[in-house]
Amino acid sequence: MLVMIIRRLVQSIVVMLTVGLIAFAMFRYVGDPISQMVGQDTPIQVREQMRQELGLNDPVVVQFARFVGNTVRGNFGISFRIGRPVSELIIERLPATLELSLLAALFALVAGIPMGIYTGLRPDSWLSKVFLTISLVGVSLPTFFIGILLILVFGVLLGWLPTFGRGDVVHLGVWTTGLLTASGLKSLIMPAFTLGLFQLTLTMRLVRSEILEVMRTDFIKFARARGLTPRAINFGHALKNTLVPVITITGLQLGGIIAFAIITETVFQWPGMGLLFVQAVQFADIPIMSTYLVLIAFFFVVINLIVDVLYFVVDPRLRAESSPHGH
Amino acid sequence: MRLNFKALGLAVALVVAIAAAPPTPQAKELHWAFQGDIHSMDPYSLNETFSLGTLGNVYEGLVRRTADLKVVPALAVRWELKEPTRWRVYLRHGVTFHDGRPFTADDVVFSYKRATAKGSDVGGKLASVTDVRKVDRYTVDFITSAPNPIITSEWETWMIMSKGWADEHQADMPEGPSGAGASYAHLHENGTGPYTLVSREADVKSVFKAYPKWWDAKNHKGMPDRVVMSPIASASTRVAALLSGNVAMAYPIPVQDMKRVDDNAGTHMLVGPEVRTIYLGMDMFRDELLHSNVKGKNPFKDKRVRQAFYQAIDEDAIAAKVMRGLATPTAIMVAPGIIGYEKSFKRLPYDPEKAKALLTEAGYPDGFELHMDCPNDRYVNDAQICQAVVGMLAKVGVKVDLLAQPKAIYFGKILPPKLDTDFYLIGWQPDSFDSWNPLYNLLNCPEGKKGRFNLGGYCNHEVDKLTAEILSETNQKKRAAMLHKVWGIVIHDIATIPLHQQALAWGVSDKITVKQRADNVFHWYHVDMK
Repeated sequence: MLVMIIRRLVQSIVVMLTVGLIAFAMFRYVGDPISQMVGQDTPIQVREQMRQELGLNDPVVVQFARFVGNTVRGNFGISFRIGRPVSELIIERLPATLELSLLAALFALVAGIPMGIYTGLRPDSWLSKVFLTISLVGVSLPTFFIGILLILVFGVLLGWLPTFGRGDVVHLGVWTTGLLTASGLKSLIMPAFTLGLFQLTLTMRLVRSEILEVMRTDFIKFARARGLTPRAINFGHALKNTLVPVITITGLQLGGIIAFAIITETVFQWPGMGLLFVQAVQFADIPIMSTYLVLIAFFFVVINLIVDVLYFVVDPRLRAESSPHGH
Repeated sequence: MRLNFKALGLAVALVVAIAAAPPTPQAKELHWAFQGDIHSMDPYSLNETFSLGTLGNVYEGLVRRTADLKVVPALAVRWELKEPTRWRVYLRHGVTFHDGRPFTADDVVFSYKRATAKGSDVGGKLASVTDVRKVDRYTVDFITSAPNPIITSEWETWMIMSKGWADEHQADMPEGPSGAGASYAHLHENGTGPYTLVSREADVKSVFKAYPKWWDAKNHKGMPDRVVMSPIASASTRVAALLSGNVAMAYPIPVQDMKRVDDNAGTHMLVGPEVRTIYLGMDMFRDELLHSNVKGKNPFKDKRVRQAFYQAIDEDAIAAKVMRGLATPTAIMVAPGIIGYEKSFKRLPYDPEKAKALLTEAGYPDGFELHMDCPNDRYVNDAQICQAVVGMLAKVGVKVDLLAQPKAIYFGKILPPKLDTDFYLIGWQPDSFDSWNPLYNLLNCPEGKKGRFNLGGYCNHEVDKLTAEILSETNQKKRAAMLHKVWGIVIHDIATIPLHQQALAWGVSDKITVKQRADNVFHWYHVDMK
């Protein structure tokens, strides 16, 4: 087990270096940040001097080596656009993204699993059909469209919810949270729903198909024959057996939620890392872009690692197979 | 254990209660949104309209501009020419910076040094000044290299900082691009202006409150007590924030949403011509265009070709269709409100037949091929304008390969040293509100400091000569005659193809009234909260 974790960590460094190198190779096509860092009247010589000072004239490999060297020493550079250390900016923005992502994932699970169970157990009821239709909408409509639609209905027409931002936040050390204020909670509803809707439909469909599958198996028939209550069968036996793949998929999707929060954050002007990244791309703010990409790669690696470890814990067969002492 | 949980619960409840408690009622609180945020609180770090315009609420220059852009006294009460190259400026008494330090001549001398130091982006506003000398506590002399009648024209955005404060916080040098963030002035302010900074989170929210000791507070009774500025990058989100009443003012509003803002109960549009001129430039300095099928010569060196392009483009259609009426077609490279603007110059009429004839005459009866460069996120509907131009030129046989890109890439390609373009669309707004600025930067021969943004390399030595004379001519009548003459030459030569001035587009709640400045600067003391 320990060997596997160490091996995985070494692999993750390779993954992150690769992501970084690909990112740097692409940055040449993102454009030149200088023209936005100075005013229109700024002389060409001054611009050229800035470019030199920032090392933008160096070959990609040199820039990349410098980035890796600085990163190893914990220095992520200074944002061209905001003029502050990238590490500070990321730490400031991380709570917003994590809070939104976790809430969206929670919403997807809390609503998705019961809906999946219901549609699995009663595939022909009219409510199941309603749920399935909703899930079709969730899968087929693009996120930004759902976001704008929600803003239009609940923000502009009804005026119930704020249309942008995080509302008032409470500072708890380095962490900021919107969960403790009324305006913060109100601001979370639409973005979390928008971000979680796709995951919800995915979870629901997964649970549904698993339930349908499990209900056909022999041990459920056997349980019925034993005269167990439907409640015990449905929740004690059927649901338990469906949850293993659900946990796996949810874990893997969490990385996706964090990474794809970009769109939701842009639509709702949510001050998280995704918005920071989008604006960095428009500005060709290389320090932020590179740090963000490597950080997201890191998230994916860590989440994958945790899922792998969980697999070992949950599934006894895997443990048996990898054990050197064997049978 | 039980007790601990109780204590914890109590603590959480307290936090919630404090956080949820309504803020003390603010009678006049203004919430507003722009598409981006300011770069820094340091007024010397970026010479850009929005940044300096917003900082103008916190810092002040020696002069300021009224809502119709006239120069009026601010920190200086009056100024006079002592000798042709020496201006004497008398400072306002009794002004204090936000930290309570008094404003004196030392601060002006210090601000001159800081603004012209390496790393400052606003040094150009003082380019003609060679020295600033303190005469007494409230009098300063400005020494210029040559007579300069428009010396005050860019002083609104050269803002005065406190010497004592900068010394105390080691902020006496402007932040350079790579050393940015180190400076105290990047995150803090100490101006003399109507508002002080309360809190700031870049890209999220900045809160300001009125400075009670502002010298001009008595003339602005209706101005907001508190201002919350929220950048909203996405246009549809920005419009929604305005329509829902989450903000009382938002700009820019995309042209396609203006009707919605006007139709909505409780909001309206405030539009007017902006002082920025959008124009097309042509490479006329290379002996052969970079991306054309014409080899061995450059068609744009021939005025007939430039005129053919001009007359093949239906600017009225662009203004009506692409800009939905929110553009003012122009024949001259400066907007109304800029010194030197004249209504009498007329655009050449749209005439594709004539264009075709001119091309034939110049030796291109079947037209030719070239590339065009265009930004797609810089000006109002910029890429669509270029697409329209491409279509119109196709009708006279010119085949244009359009490359519309984000500004970060676009400017890197077309600006020196690359100058990699045949034909391009760009906009220019003179910070000084005077014709000398575009003449010198855009239309003088690119030599030394002249013509730095003359990307097409237009070169007429008479224009250069007149430009130099215009800078130092102090007789307003003579100066106006020279401006008329020089613009006449530029227009006659078809140095560029001016298209239009785009419209300012502010969305405003009916609950407030705002004075709109034609340079798109939003000063909060121009707001009247009803």
